[in-house]
Amino acid sequence: MMLIDTYTFRDTIHRCFRCGYCKFPATWTDVNNCPPYARFRMESYSCGGRLWLTRAWLSEKLDWSEHIAEILYSCTMCRNCEIKCPLSFNINIVNMVVAARGEMIERGKVPPAVKRFLENIHVHGNPYGNARSKRGAWAEGTAIEQYKDQEYLFYVGCTGSYDTRASISSRTLGLLFGEAGISFGVLGNDENCDGNEVDKLGEAGLFEMLAEDNIERFNSLGIEKIVTLSPHAYNAMRDLYPRYGGKYMVLHYTQMLLKLIEEGKLDVSKGFDAQVTFHDPCFLGRWNGEYEAPRRLLRKVPHLRLTEMEKNRDSALCCGGGAGNFEIDLLGGSDSSPARRRVREAAETGAGVLAVACPKCLIMLEDAVKAEELEGTIAVKNISEIVAAACGLL
Amino acid sequence: MGDDEMKTIYQALVDIVDSEHVSNRPEELYIYSFDLGTAEPHPPNYVVAPRTTQQIQEIVRLANREKVPVVPLGGGLSLAGLAIPLKGGILIDLKRMDSILEVNEKSRYAVLECGVSQAQLTSYLSRHHPDLTHSEPGAPPTATIAGNVLIHGQGDLAQPYGFNSDQVNGLEIVLPTGEVCRFGSCALGVSWFTNHPLPDIGLFFGWCGTTGIVTKLSIRLYPARKIRGFGQFVVDDENLVPEIIGKITRTQMAEDIIAYSRAIPPFGMGLQHFTVNIGADSEKELEFKQELIWDDTLGEYITSGVGGYLGFTRGLERPQISKTSDYKKGGGFEYVGSIMPIEKYPECYRRGREISERHHIPYTVTGRCVGVGHSMMFAWTYAFNRADPRSIQHSRDALHETDDLVMELGGVIWKPGTYGQRIVRDRLDPNTRALMRRIKDALDPAGIMNPGNWEGL
Repeated sequence: MMLIDTYTFRDTIHRCFRCGYCKFPATWTDVNNCPPYARFRMESYSCGGRLWLTRAWLSEKLDWSEHIAEILYSCTMCRNCEIKCPLSFNINIVNMVVAARGEMIERGKVPPAVKRFLENIHVHGNPYGNARSKRGAWAEGTAIEQYKDQEYLFYVGCTGSYDTRASISSRTLGLLFGEAGISFGVLGNDENCDGNEVDKLGEAGLFEMLAEDNIERFNSLGIEKIVTLSPHAYNAMRDLYPRYGGKYMVLHYTQMLLKLIEEGKLDVSKGFDAQVTFHDPCFLGRWNGEYEAPRRLLRKVPHLRLTEMEKNRDSALCCGGGAGNFEIDLLGGSDSSPARRRVREAAETGAGVLAVACPKCLIMLEDAVKAEELEGTIAVKNISEIVAAACGLL
Repeated sequence: MGDDEMKTIYQALVDIVDSEHVSNRPEELYIYSFDLGTAEPHPPNYVVAPRTTQQIQEIVRLANREKVPVVPLGGGLSLAGLAIPLKGGILIDLKRMDSILEVNEKSRYAVLECGVSQAQLTSYLSRHHPDLTHSEPGAPPTATIAGNVLIHGQGDLAQPYGFNSDQVNGLEIVLPTGEVCRFGSCALGVSWFTNHPLPDIGLFFGWCGTTGIVTKLSIRLYPARKIRGFGQFVVDDENLVPEIIGKITRTQMAEDIIAYSRAIPPFGMGLQHFTVNIGADSEKELEFKQELIWDDTLGEYITSGVGGYLGFTRGLERPQISKTSDYKKGGGFEYVGSIMPIEKYPECYRRGREISERHHIPYTVTGRCVGVGHSMMFAWTYAFNRADPRSIQHSRDALHETDDLVMELGGVIWKPGTYGQRIVRDRLDPNTRALMRRIKDALDPAGIMNPGNWEGL
C-alpha cells in the first residue's frame, strides 16, 4: 500500500492543473504573492509544485528528501493560493499541505529546524527553547496583573512573551488596557503556546495536547473572554479550540482597541502625525476575514494619514513568518525573501510607518527594514504602539 | 554523461547564475519534466532560472561546449509538450526575467522581458496606462507574452489585429551559438517601434525554441476602450456559423468573435454559441455598435427563429478564468489547436464531436476568428483525469486523431507537439523542408536547441 492510498486528500490532490493563478494577488501585479515561489522562483516552490511533489512522494514516484520536506515546510499557510484558485477544491489547498506534513511527521521525516521547533514547544512551551519560568518576565515592572477572575484574559503568546521587540508591544497593550480601565489579567509563567503553528506544521498530536492543556486551564479559571496580541493565537482559539470544547469570545487586540476608542474609553486626541501603511496579517485577514478593524482603528487616530499598499487585504503579501517560518526561517537570506519584498512595497507608498497587527510580522518586517537599509525611511510599529502614542502614553 | 562531467556543468551553471537558481535535485527535475497536458514526462539534467540576457548567453555557450541540450521555458502552458526536455539537458526557466522595460503611449508599444506574464502586463497597463491594452489570449494569467507570441498565439483583439505574432515590433534573441541579435527598428539602435521595413527574418516564430531564445520583445498596444463587454448569440445549426462570422466581421465593430459548442451543460449540447466582444468610448457608440450587430446584422436570424440573442454583459474577465481542467474533477485537459479556414467550422465541429464521443469525453470545440474572417483558430479540447491513466490515454489518442483530422480538413496544426510536428513535416513541400533544415543547421550547428522538436526536417 502506498501512502497516497490513505492520504486524506487522495481524491482531490491531482486536480491541481498548475495554471498558476495562486501566484498572483487580486490585482494581478506580479507572480510574487506566494511567499516560497517569490523567494525561490522555481516551480517546485509554487503552490502547484508543492501539490504535484506531494502527490509524487505519496505515490512513490519520488523518494523523501530533506529538500522535498523543506519545500513543503516553506509554505507559510498564508492562503493566498486558496483565495486565488478558481477551482472548487481551493478550500483545501493548505489542508493538503498540512496533511502531507502530517505524513512526514508520522515517519519522523522533517527538516531539523522543524523538529527543533516542535521539540521546543513540547518541552518548553515555546519554539525558542526558553525557560517556561521566564515566560511572564515581559510584564515585570508593569501594573499588569495575573489573571484571577477578571473579565478578559490577555493572551500574549510565545513571541509577545519572549521576543524583546515584540514584548514592547505586549507591555504597550497592557498599558492601553489599563488606561481604558478594563478588567484583564495575564497568565504569566502559566501561559502555554497556543499551538497554531504546531497545527499548521502538521503535528496534530502535539496540537491536541496544547489545545486541551490551554482549554483546561482557561476553564478552570473561568475564562470566557480572551484578547490576543497575535492573530495566530486568535486563529487557534477562535477557530480550532471549539473542536476540543473550548468555546470563548475571542478578540484580536485591534478589535478590542477599536471598541475601546468607540466607547470613549481611550482618548487618542494627541494623534500620530505620520503617513502610515498597514500590512494585513494572514491569520487575521485571509484566515478570519478581519480586514477592517485595524484600518478603522488607524483612521480614528488624528493626523494619521493611512495609505494603502497596492497589495492589501486579501492580496497582501505575507511577511514570510507564518507556519513557524519566523523561527524555522526557510525563506530568509535573500532580497527575494517575502519580508524584504514587503518592506520595499511599503516604502514605495511613501509612508514613514509600516503598521502591523502581529508580533511575528513585527519582527519579520523590522529585520527586513534593516536588511534593506530602510531604517531612515520607514519604521515598523505595532498598531498598539501607534495608539499608545496617540493616547500620550509613550 | 559521467558524474564528474555533470558536476562540472552544475558548478558552471552556479557560477553563471547562483546556487539558489540552479538545481539538479530530483524535486526540480521531476517538476520540470512535465507539461500540463498528456505528454510523457522527460526530466532535464539541470534546471536554471537566469535573470539576465548575459546569463543566458553564458548558459548557451556552456551548452555548446558541453554538447548539452537547452530547453527554454516560458509559462509552460502550451499543453503540447513543447518545453519538455525530450533529450534531457539544461532547462532554462525564463520567468525571472519579468521586467516591463518601456511603454510608449504615443507610438503604442511595450518593451518587455521574456518572462512577463499576460496578467502582469494587463495589470500594469490598467494601472499606469489605462488608455492602452494588448491582445490577451484565453490562457491562464501566468502564460508569458513572449511564449504566446512565439507560438503564433491569438488574443481578444484577434478580430481587428490578427495573430499576436503579427503584432511584434522587435525581438532580442540569444542565438543557439550564444550571440545576441536584435530584429526590428531596435537593431538600428533606435526605439522599438516597428518591425518594418527591414528584410524579413522570420526565423523564430513557430520554431518551438529550436532556433534561439527570445529575451526581450516589443509588442503593439491598442486603444483600451472605456466600455468593454461581450454579447452572446446562439444558433442550433452549425452550418450557419461561417456566414454569421462573415457578417459580423463585415461590420468591423467587434474586438473578438468566438464560436463554441460543448456537451456540458447538457442543455447547450449541439447549440452553437457566439461571444462577440465590443468596445466603445461612449454609451452612444456602444448603442450604435450593438444595434448594428444584433439588430441590423443578426436580426434576421432572430426574427426567423433560428437564432437567439442572449444579452450583453459589461466588463471583460481578464485574465479569463478557465475551469476546463476540472470538468472531470481530474485536473487535466489538452487541446489540438488549428488554424483553419472559417468555412470549415461545421465539419470541424461534427468530426470533433465524433472523436470526443468515441473516447467518452464530453466534447468542447471553439473557433476564434482571426482577422476580418481570414481564418480561425479552431480548437478541440479533451479533458482527462490526471489520476486515471486510461483517461489520459483516451485523451492522448483523441488528440492524435484530431491532429490527423486537421490535416485532412486542410488546416494547419497550431503549436503542434511532436506527433503533430511529424505529420506536418511529412507533408511539407520538400524545398520548404530543405530550407528549414538549412536554417536550423546554420543557426544551431551543435543541435542543442530543444532537440526532439522539428526533427528530421
